[in-house]
Amino acid sequence: MDFSRVLSDATLLLLQGLKVTVIIAVISLLIGMVIGFVMCLFGMSRIWILRWISKIYIWIIRGTPMIVQAFIVYFGFPQLIGMFVPGFRLEAFSAGLITLSLNAGAYLAEIFRGGISAVDPGQVEAARSLGLSSARTMVKVVLPQAFRVAIPSMVNQFIITIKDTSILSVIGLADIVNKAKVYVGASYQFFATYTIVAVYYLIIISILMIVLKRVEKKMNYERKNNRKKPA
Amino acid sequence: MKEKIIVKNLHKYFHDLEVLRGIDLTVTEGEVVCIIGPSGSGKSTMLRCLNRLEQATKGTIIVDDITITDKHVNINHVRENIGMVFQSFNLFSHLTVKKNITLAPVDLKKMSREEADETAMQLLNRVGLADKADSYPSQLSGGQKQRVAIARALAMKPDIMLFDEPTSALDPEMIGEVLQVMKQLAADGMTMVVVTHEMGFARDVADRVIFMADGVIVEEGPPNELFLNPKHQRTRDFLGCVLDHTAPPAEAAAD
Repeated sequence: MDFSRVLSDATLLLLQGLKVTVIIAVISLLIGMVIGFVMCLFGMSRIWILRWISKIYIWIIRGTPMIVQAFIVYFGFPQLIGMFVPGFRLEAFSAGLITLSLNAGAYLAEIFRGGISAVDPGQVEAARSLGLSSARTMVKVVLPQAFRVAIPSMVNQFIITIKDTSILSVIGLADIVNKAKVYVGASYQFFATYTIVAVYYLIIISILMIVLKRVEKKMNYERKNNRKKPA
Repeated sequence: MKEKIIVKNLHKYFHDLEVLRGIDLTVTEGEVVCIIGPSGSGKSTMLRCLNRLEQATKGTIIVDDITITDKHVNINHVRENIGMVFQSFNLFSHLTVKKNITLAPVDLKKMSREEADETAMQLLNRVGLADKADSYPSQLSGGQKQRVAIARALAMKPDIMLFDEPTSALDPEMIGEVLQVMKQLAADGMTMVVVTHEMGFARDVADRVIFMADGVIVEEGPPNELFLNPKHQRTRDFLGCVLDHTAPPAEAAAD
C-alpha cells in the first residue's frame, strides 16, 4: 500500500484516463438528452408507429445489461455492417459513445415523460382556453414545469452515466478504470490505485452535484405546492 | 340583441355514460346566465363544451356566428375570444402573476410586450392586486389566485367569459372578493355564463338562471321567478336543499 508511489507514478496516466471518462460522459449525456427528448415526444405522439419506436427502444435498452449492449455495438455492429461495407471498424471510443448515449437516452426519455405527466392537466386546459395551440402550450407551459420536476431524476441519471463509463473499459475504452488496470498489472498496487480512482470519481460527481444543486435552487421558485384537485 | 352563444340539441357521452342529453340554450350579448344544479348534472361539462375543452358528441354550438362543433374550425382562434375561469384557478405555477397575464397576448401576437405589461397592470389594478404583479401563484391566497385568473382571461379582451364554479375551491371569507370582481364585470356589460353554487350571486347578478339536472335543462327564468316560484318539483327540492342547509337532503340533490 504505497500511496505516494502510486501518486507519483500514475497520476498523469490516471488523469489522461479521467479526461476520457469526463469527455465521453459529457458528450453522451448531451446526445442522450436529445435522444431522450425526441423519444419522449415520440412516446406521446398521436402516430402509433412513433409510439412503438419509442416503446421498443426503451424496452430493449432497459431490458439488457449495458455490457452486452457495448459488446453488440463494438464487436457485433462492425461484423454486421462489414457484410455490406468491407473493412468497417468502430473505435472503442465511438462504440462507447454510441452505447452510452443510447443508454442514457432511454432512461432520460422515461424521466422526461414522467416530468411531463406530472404537470397538472389544468395547466394545459388554462393555456388552451386562452387560445394557445397544443404546441405552444407544450413550449410555454408544460415543458418549463416538467423540466423542474425532472431535475432530480436527471441529476441521478447524469451520475449513473458518469459511473457507467467504467463498464466501457471492457471494450478497451481508455478511461480511468482502464488506465488503472494497466498500471496495476505492472505495479500490483491494487488498494492504493483503485482507492485513488474512487476518489477521482467522487470529486467529479461532487462537483456535478454542487453545480446542479445551484441550478435546481435557481429554478425552484415554487416552494409550496398547494394546488387543489379539480372536483 | 345579438346572439353570442347558440346551443342546439347538445349531447355529450363519456364512453357509455350520457352526461348531456339534449341541451338547447341561447345567450345574448351582455347577458349574465347562471347555471345551477346538483353535482353530476352536467353543468360543468356543458360549459366546457362552449369552448370545446370537451368535444360535443352530437348537436351544434355556435359562438359569435362560428359553428365551433365543426371540426374544421380553428378553435384556437375562437378561444381567444372566450375567457375561462376554472374552479382550481390553474394559474401557471412557473410564472409570476404579471407573466401569467401577459403570456397569451404576447405569444399570440395580440399585443407587444410593453402593451401587454401595461394591460396587465391595468387589469391587476381592476382586481385590486397591483402589488402582487411580481409574486408567484404559490404566494397568493385562493381568492387572490382566482382574481388573477380572471385578469388573465380578460387580458385577451374576450367578448364572452365562462366561469366554472369559480368560488367552489375558496375558503368562505374569500368568496366575496371574487364575486365582487365578477359583479363589476357583469355591470360593465360582459357576456357571462357562470356555473355556480352561489345562490346569492345568481339572484343578484344573473339576468337568467338555468337549473340543470341529469343532463337536461329542467327549468330556466329570471332569478326572482326561478328562486321564488319554481315550477318543477325537481327545482323545488334542489333549492329547498341548497337555500336551507338544515333541511333533509332530497334524494338526488345531495352534493
